[in-house]
Amino acid sequence: MAKKESTFFNMLMTLLVVTLVASTALAYVYEITKAPIESAKLAKKLAAIDQVVTGYDNNPVEDMYIIPAASGEDSLEVYPALKNGELEGVAIRSFSKNGYSGLIWVMVGIKPDGTLQDVVVIEHKETPGLGSKMSDPGFKGQFKGLNPSETTIEVKKDGGEIDAITAATISSRAFCDAIQLAVESYRKGGSL
Amino acid sequence: MSQWKNLSRGLIRENPVFVLLLGMCPTLGVTSTAINGMGMGLATLFVLLMSNIVVSLVKNVIPDKVRIPAFIVIIATFVTVVDLFMAGYLPGLHEQLGLFIPLIVVNCIVLGRAEAFASKNTFTSSLMDGLGMGLGFTLALTLLGSVREIFGSLSIFGYKFLEGDGVLVFILPPGAFLALGYLIAIMNRLKKA
Amino acid sequence: MEYIIIVISAIFINNILLAQFLGVCPFLGVSNRLSTSFGMSGAVIFVMTLATIVTYLINYFILQPFDIAYLQTISYILVIAALVQMVEIILKKVSPALFQALGVYLPLITTNCAILGVAILVIQKEYNLMESVVFAVANAIGFGLALILFAGIREHMDLADVPPGIRGVPAALIVAGLLSLAFMGFAGIV
Repeated sequence: MAKKESTFFNMLMTLLVVTLVASTALAYVYEITKAPIESAKLAKKLAAIDQVVTGYDNNPVEDMYIIPAASGEDSLEVYPALKNGELEGVAIRSFSKNGYSGLIWVMVGIKPDGTLQDVVVIEHKETPGLGSKMSDPGFKGQFKGLNPSETTIEVKKDGGEIDAITAATISSRAFCDAIQLAVESYRKGGSL
Repeated sequence: MSQWKNLSRGLIRENPVFVLLLGMCPTLGVTSTAINGMGMGLATLFVLLMSNIVVSLVKNVIPDKVRIPAFIVIIATFVTVVDLFMAGYLPGLHEQLGLFIPLIVVNCIVLGRAEAFASKNTFTSSLMDGLGMGLGFTLALTLLGSVREIFGSLSIFGYKFLEGDGVLVFILPPGAFLALGYLIAIMNRLKKA
Repeated sequence: MEYIIIVISAIFINNILLAQFLGVCPFLGVSNRLSTSFGMSGAVIFVMTLATIVTYLINYFILQPFDIAYLQTISYILVIAALVQMVEIILKKVSPALFQALGVYLPLITTNCAILGVAILVIQKEYNLMESVVFAVANAIGFGLALILFAGIREHMDLADVPPGIRGVPAALIVAGLLSLAFMGFAGIV
């Protein structure tokens, strides 16, 4: 087959056909992958919730409500965990702007009596190997069962009771910060 | 026999990363672990293979002057396909690789092979070339990722073989440059021997 | 204040070249001489700002309203390629002097992933138009800074006695690694 000439008409038609085929194909792929992408996002959220609250039989994502953040701006998502209609705890998606680089997003689980059940980091851009140790049980485990009204959730350097991660005080501070934001906002705007 | 040549060329003799020095951005950006390097390599392999195949099939119906834009559209289409499928079925890896998935579109290897090879060669040759180059790229990224993971986190493919912290700098950005620099130096040495 | 944080973090902390690895190909390619690296930096600042504005508008006025965000990659790369061509043609007519200075670097820019990277990043970070422009300019300056510093070092290295095994690309990569290490010292200043 001979090579097509580069006339204006040929060029226009070729590009038109190529882009048409490409966008149709993409629209089709988009349709097939739409549902899996949605469910992957949902699964990620549910997995985080599942780690910080337990024993619920409702769908926390469906019952999600929004409370204003105690810091004044923004708002936080609250995922209530219910069993037979009784509140088992809440998972609050909270954040801190004080990290080493960028926002740190955490999911904080609070029991109805106000104690912390567990915390997981959802997203962060801290230094790998240092700030990323926020997810290590050695650091994160300190928060389990703490009652924020009795213990100050701050690193020891700031007068609190949390051992900061070695060489990552800023990340540790921001982590505490995010938990405090969740606790305070929930006290003001939630119903315990 | 000649098809074997098309396949093997990209693996070692003209390895896109170590010899041609193409596609440096993802090479340096995502190789903090072996898994990430391999994932990125395979994603690029798919795009390279598909675009080589399509370009070799349509080369005769595309006028010369609009060749490049047409190739770019073809490549961008496959990149988006990879992007969407990974978001749906491998969300963890997709998040790790992040921005570098859409950036496969500007990876010089892909357009380079489409223009320099697939637009001049037959279907089978282009298929082999894409496969070879893609595998070569995957190999290089997995190797770099492994080196950085072994020294940086004392683990390989996520399996921790030694307790404790590694040499942190290897998983930080400077470690990417340093590790690749020394790897290329070693390759040069081996080539001479 | 917001703008200052964006600028400082884009230039020093998350330097697009040394911390995010976008645009490494031209970084290694045109950094042999100081003069060429100045030309390249100028061209990048120019195109990155323009491309970010145009792709921003496309995203919010075409892709989002019609719910076709999946065409992002394909439309951005075409727009950037077209834009580079257009800049080249216009520059040739309007300012031959500037074209002389930047002309040869323009075609190289289409495949500079820093341009496409920044265009996608401003959408991911949900910046408004003004923030996006500031972000683009700051990143371009960060790119230029790293490139010029690197070129300066490489010019000196030509005179140094580098062991044969690491001469050339390996040495360049190691220098880039050290430069990146130096830039890490800026982390945490905002």
